Amino acid sequence: MSETGIGASVKRLEDYRFLTGRGTYTDDINQPGQTHAYILRSPHAHATINSIDTSAAAAAPGVVAIFTGADMEVGSLPCGWQIHNKDGSPMAEPGHPPLAQGKVRHVGDQVAVVIAETLAQARSAAELIEVDYSELPAVVDMNKALAGGTLVHDDVADNLCYDWELGDEGEVDKAIAGAHHVTEIDIVNNRLIPNAMEPRAAIGSFDRATGEYTLYTTSQNPHVIRLLMGAFVLQIPEHKLRIVAPDVGGGFGSKIYHYAEEAIVTWAAPKVGRPIKWTADRSESFITDAHGRDHITNVKLALDESGKFLALKVNTKANMGAYLSTFATCVPTYLYATLLAGVYTTPVIYAGVKAIFTNTTPVDAYRGAGRPEASYLIERVVDRAAREMGIPQDEIRRKNFIPRDAFPYQTPVALEYDSGDYEATLNSAMKNADVDGFAARKAASEAKGKLRGLGYSTYVEACGIAPSAVVGSLGARAGLFESANVRVNPTGSVTIFTGSHSHGQGHETTFAQLVSETLGLPLDQVEISHGDTNKVAFGMGTYGSRSLAVGGEAMMKAMNKIIDKSKKIAAHVLEAAEADIEFKDGKFTVAGTDKEMTFGEVALTAYVPHNFPHDTLEPGLEEQAFYDPMNFTYPGGCHIVEVEVDPDTGVVKVDRVTASDDVGRVINPMIVAGQTHGGLAQGIGQALLEGCIYDDNGQLLTGSYMDYTMPRADDLPNFSTSNEVTLCAHNSLGVKGVGETGAIGSPPAVINAIVDALSGLGVTDISMPATPQKVWQAIQGAKAAAE
Amino acid sequence: MYDFNYHKPGSLADAASAIAGAEDGKLVAGGMTLIPTMKQRLAAPSDVVDLGGIGDLVGITVGGGTVTIGAMTTHGAVAASADVKGAIPALAELADNIGDPQVRNRGTIGGSIANNDPAADYPAALVALGATVVTNKRELSAEDFFTGLFDTALDEDEIISSIKFPVPEKAAYVKFANPASRYAMVGVFVAKGSDGVRVAVTGAGDDGVFRVTEMESALAGNFSPDAVSGISVSPDGLNSDIHASAEYRAHLISVMAKRAVAAAG
Repeated sequence: MSETGIGASVKRLEDYRFLTGRGTYTDDINQPGQTHAYILRSPHAHATINSIDTSAAAAAPGVVAIFTGADMEVGSLPCGWQIHNKDGSPMAEPGHPPLAQGKVRHVGDQVAVVIAETLAQARSAAELIEVDYSELPAVVDMNKALAGGTLVHDDVADNLCYDWELGDEGEVDKAIAGAHHVTEIDIVNNRLIPNAMEPRAAIGSFDRATGEYTLYTTSQNPHVIRLLMGAFVLQIPEHKLRIVAPDVGGGFGSKIYHYAEEAIVTWAAPKVGRPIKWTADRSESFITDAHGRDHITNVKLALDESGKFLALKVNTKANMGAYLSTFATCVPTYLYATLLAGVYTTPVIYAGVKAIFTNTTPVDAYRGAGRPEASYLIERVVDRAAREMGIPQDEIRRKNFIPRDAFPYQTPVALEYDSGDYEATLNSAMKNADVDGFAARKAASEAKGKLRGLGYSTYVEACGIAPSAVVGSLGARAGLFESANVRVNPTGSVTIFTGSHSHGQGHETTFAQLVSETLGLPLDQVEISHGDTNKVAFGMGTYGSRSLAVGGEAMMKAMNKIIDKSKKIAAHVLEAAEADIEFKDGKFTVAGTDKEMTFGEVALTAYVPHNFPHDTLEPGLEEQAFYDPMNFTYPGGCHIVEVEVDPDTGVVKVDRVTASDDVGRVINPMIVAGQTHGGLAQGIGQALLEGCIYDDNGQLLTGSYMDYTMPRADDLPNFSTSNEVTLCAHNSLGVKGVGETGAIGSPPAVINAIVDALSGLGVTDISMPATPQKVWQAIQGAKAAAE
Repeated sequence: MYDFNYHKPGSLADAASAIAGAEDGKLVAGGMTLIPTMKQRLAAPSDVVDLGGIGDLVGITVGGGTVTIGAMTTHGAVAASADVKGAIPALAELADNIGDPQVRNRGTIGGSIANNDPAADYPAALVALGATVVTNKRELSAEDFFTGLFDTALDEDEIISSIKFPVPEKAAYVKFANPASRYAMVGVFVAKGSDGVRVAVTGAGDDGVFRVTEMESALAGNFSPDAVSGISVSPDGLNSDIHASAEYRAHLISVMAKRAVAAAG
């Protein structure tokens, strides 16, 4: 292994830039003549707009222009995935105007934009806008929404976006009816607010000389924004629309989507004839960044007398919020129900999913997107079933694991897993977690008046999103390939243009390692360029842990084309047959001779082609490749969490977290560990701390860090992370993806550990987030029941 | 933030006349509450009088069984003070657990008590220790000073100059932090001094800091955790929010009181 190739823990090349404050984020960019936009937002969750009077605001100091929905009649912000109801009819797809058209549907909905010389002037002027609202009753609770009455969209009956199913309900019901044991739980997957470190921002401008629009934006996928905004909202052709997503400070999914503010500043730029900058403040982030999760589910697991799973039945209600965000509809369906087999051989599975509109912020994919919801309910119901039947937690899992020799494995819920070894990750996690020593630690806790518990989660997820043919057949309105362009410069350095987008993942390092390994170059001869539609040919962006498994494969494909072309050049220069040219360690050699050319010499020759044969060899050394995966990739593993509960206060201390994950081949172990750590922190955040709460009027009660609990360093112990490797069977690198595993695997392990700790008191369930109050109440409830 | 007139007087007298002369003036000490509130446009004072230029308001002295802390002394300075650590270690520890390092290096004791946030830590210390608040006009007992939620006995043009803490025989403060904000959700300060035992609670009461006299009587006879473990506090008059119901807060008062007595030794 080289020190800079595959498998090396290279320190991140981005670190100097980011750790010394030298990144260039959207809000760092200022353009000549730039104006500032402030968005006036709805204070109401649901109201009719009778009139908007902007006259006083327009006369305020520094105001350049004010626009309302009446001015901005453009296309609807589109939804990228069409789901069909059980009866085959398409989902309800109400419009989502960038500026409200006569009605507001959630607190924070855009009502008007004020553009002024300074942000303070824009904000002051916005206070002078008089909006006459007639407040309407708000609907926040999904069950109440389904009962009809208050409609978020007048033409969507019972607020039902779709009623979708997967699997044969009759067959599953039959298996459940005849089963030895059925475990049933009602589960809430709590709504989360993403909280990327960098708030969203956008700068729109228009060049009258060229007719080109430019949008700088905090996006995980600039080309997707170009497509969605250009083609669907503003009707700007791609060749006249440039999107730049420069350094982006975290996304976790929330920066995938096309947001209203991007369209507003781009649309308004030619109208005011100057660039327009908008940057969210943190309060706006809370109410306008798409939220995550928010499912309520009933699950039944049927087992035979030995503990073998016979059937799983799931009915889920998923909150869409007030409008359909870009990928909202696929999260509770194809990224969720298709994972309900988990790591088990459950033969029949049924999932029914109702997606529901409410007067809340739109909900969309958030780190894991559907798979955390699936793994949570599976691992909670398996844990409960084991307790009810008196089977040890590891044993019930081993009994039902898909065996390592059963791959490729076709699940009953559409997916075919290509590789995995769930016993291996369970075994290494149990060893690293020192499960054998748990009894002694529990006794030591009890001696101090504390309750200790241990919880398991064995999970699989589907990422490397996604084979276009598969997702297309399921309703995706996009292909999910990736592109890469490899440009070899005349002196032998390499610039890679990738459609993947790095917003904290360390791509510039991992991808450079692929180049170093493949072309034999030192890292300082490699530049990774991303995020600008005028530089990168095309791209579908970064989400669903796809950048390496899809974007990296596109790079490998393009680099192999470079090697092929280089061999032609070397064969010509060295006067040998192309078939005799070998490439190794950055050198092209003629087999069996001492004739050789370095990679740099080939590059220079490509651009100084003094004697190239015109008809068979083109000058230059640059190749483009598109890669469309054959299948999803399936990382999996085992997380074991140990907690200590203080029964006097309900405080849960996470004492040990052990993650053994199979993410396929590891390119940079340090970056993989870092991604795992971040995912675990978010998973523990969901399990213990984070919960988005609205009151009945649709006002967000957790709209700041005073009330929304983010995980902090002192909430977390040191993590034990390790990797077991089974290679992905359908990509050349054997990679699977690591961006989301921590957040997918850990929440059920935390909750199962708490239930384990409290099981002696008779507690069987605790919902997320397991706050001190909730745990204390559960203990009080169990004590009262015992009396 | 809206425009305002900024004043930075060099003396307490100048500060008093500046605030008296302002149409709708606000004193700013560390600014840990006022500045964010102004940035969010929730406060719009016509004038801001910055007390940061008055050197007399900063400093800690110990003598005659009293610790005197200048109103503009930061939490960080109180936490680091060898004098405070020696005389009232519980007070230094309380200061060391307010907010985060940035807040502790800007926030001041005078600013904190003048704001009387019901979830602030210092009010419990002042009431339990029987402290005296010294202003440019008079001296007030802590219990007379704190009059309710975000409310004190201070006149519009009255400025705190220092706080005098009698040195107790033993004392301890234990708080249960709000999981999100890390302010006190329940903070209990227990002190045993020359005129008896006092138990003051912050974070829990819907009217700010309050004393638990039943615990004080029990501890006067037997200063041990067991003395308070059987005493439950009524949830009536306690805050209830998404983080803690009044019942849970009431329960936590007993638990924190017990732990504070144990910590006081």
